[in-house]
Amino acid sequence: MTATTLSTATAATDAREENPWARAWRRLRRRKGAMVGLAIVLLFVVLALAAPLVAPYDPIATSWSAVRKPPSWAHWLGTDEVGRDVLSRIIWGARASLSAGLVSVGIALAFGVPLGLLAGYAGGWVDALLSRIVDAMLAVPFLILAIALAAFLGPSLSNAMIAIGVTATPVFIRLTRGQTIAAKIEDYVEAARAVGNPHWRIALRHVLPNIVPPLLVQASLAIAGAIIAEAALSFLGLGQQPPAPSWGSMLNSAQRFIAQAPWMAFWPGVAIFLAVLSFNLLGDGLRDALDPRHK
Amino acid sequence: MLAFLTQRLLQLVPTLFFVSVLIFGLQQLLPGDPALIMAGEERDPEVLEQIRQQYRLNEPIWVQYFYWIQGVLSGNLGESMRLKTSVLSLVQEKLPVTLQLASMAIVVALGIGIPAGIISAVKKDTALDYGANIFALWGISTPNFWLGILMIFLFSVTLGWLPASGYVSLSENWKASLATTIMPAFVLGNAIAAILMRHTRSAMLQAMGADYVRTARAKGLYERRVVLKHALRNAMTPVITLGALEFGTLLSGAVLTEQIFTIPGFGKLIVDAVFNRDYAVVQGVVLVTSTTYIALNLLADIAYVLVNPRLRG
Repeated sequence: MTATTLSTATAATDAREENPWARAWRRLRRRKGAMVGLAIVLLFVVLALAAPLVAPYDPIATSWSAVRKPPSWAHWLGTDEVGRDVLSRIIWGARASLSAGLVSVGIALAFGVPLGLLAGYAGGWVDALLSRIVDAMLAVPFLILAIALAAFLGPSLSNAMIAIGVTATPVFIRLTRGQTIAAKIEDYVEAARAVGNPHWRIALRHVLPNIVPPLLVQASLAIAGAIIAEAALSFLGLGQQPPAPSWGSMLNSAQRFIAQAPWMAFWPGVAIFLAVLSFNLLGDGLRDALDPRHK
Repeated sequence: MLAFLTQRLLQLVPTLFFVSVLIFGLQQLLPGDPALIMAGEERDPEVLEQIRQQYRLNEPIWVQYFYWIQGVLSGNLGESMRLKTSVLSLVQEKLPVTLQLASMAIVVALGIGIPAGIISAVKKDTALDYGANIFALWGISTPNFWLGILMIFLFSVTLGWLPASGYVSLSENWKASLATTIMPAFVLGNAIAAILMRHTRSAMLQAMGADYVRTARAKGLYERRVVLKHALRNAMTPVITLGALEFGTLLSGAVLTEQIFTIPGFGKLIVDAVFNRDYAVVQGVVLVTSTTYIALNLLADIAYVLVNPRLRG
């Protein structure tokens, strides 16, 4: 009886003292979907980083004796219209897709979070002005704005990343602004203000760390959106330029040979689907794990 | 209601202003001399000077904006460099095609998304709920251009049931029109069906836990009547308004879908304009799209207030 009481008391103390991130990780681990998502994300990251080691062939080496060959032992996922190995191109293509996802969301965070903090914390005309600009940017459908930006900047992977990043920024401004407005009336911010902290310090040291969880969830879901957007821009010829491999541009060329070589279209699509699915699963799981309402 | 409408309309003014600045500003992203880029292959100094005159490129930027917005407000969206026709007439020609496709996609999305959401909520934590959630995740994660290619492979190449590309207008031959647009409409509606399913599920779960549903059950009403008459009617309000916001997804999707199925609509117009460096068309299409989107948002807000008695002043 005494032992049980003691162990319960210890467990309660442990739970009280548990770091919020450790708690979130514990909750995340319980969610099978999120764990599957995380495993696929890690698999893609490893493939992208180790592409030179794991890809069986050079992704841009053409072979006229292996044009549009169906999947075989030599070429597990077949070859394309100029004899390039589809599997190797998918592995190397993971670099373009993942870097587009990470870089563009990085751009969106780098601009969106400070501007959102500024709007939410400063309020007044700064907030009104930034909010109207955000409204204006959100009024243009995501892909159409990204296409227009990529078109005016010129077609390349880096410009596609910039276009997607800029297009994704207003969502982060709006989210950060809303969270900042909610956080700045909390007692801990009031206390930080009462002891004479300057505004920038309150915003960066007290407000920002407390609004990270929703930003993390949004970032994860935004990476999924950015991967699709990069694939879409590359599919339209506005992203990664041939012969460099990208899943979107592979689908573009596959479209012309759908009757003769359907494997050319099938596998790059599966890769996009799995990458997007994994970030969506991870984002959904993070949302549940980081939401205080889901104990 | 009038105060709400006035406030909402007043908010639109700065938003529309910034949209116009954003679209006009795109031109400033062109590296180097815009006249040289707009002229394309043409290097004749006279042509270049004509372009500079036409677009007032020699004037300060704010003067250029002033002339541009003046034109836009009087219905002049500029002229297509390649097609030598006004952007407005191009928009008028292509818009009905995309609207047909979008309307059919909405029917697909509503037809799949709402019943799936209702079933998922009513049968929560059963195989049907898991199935509907997997469908939603699949719909959100599948790139529509890939789905389009796969459908062409299955229904056009393998089975030979539907044409792989092209477009016939409804007035010309309605059967052929449906045959050319059914696959693109499904591809376009699929992702929105998934989003609608998620919205419907959560709104229905919330409604099913509400007091009025408990009261309806306590009165001894049949479960079907409780679900469809009491819960669904209340759950639909947020679903319809949130659904209206998916118009942007629809237009973004139309760009790719029209490209895959070679449908001469709005989406194909912008992509062709991008590749032909027909910048006035790109700006015109983005402007029309965003203005329509803003108008729909406004209508969704008004509808929300109209159907929700608690919000009526």
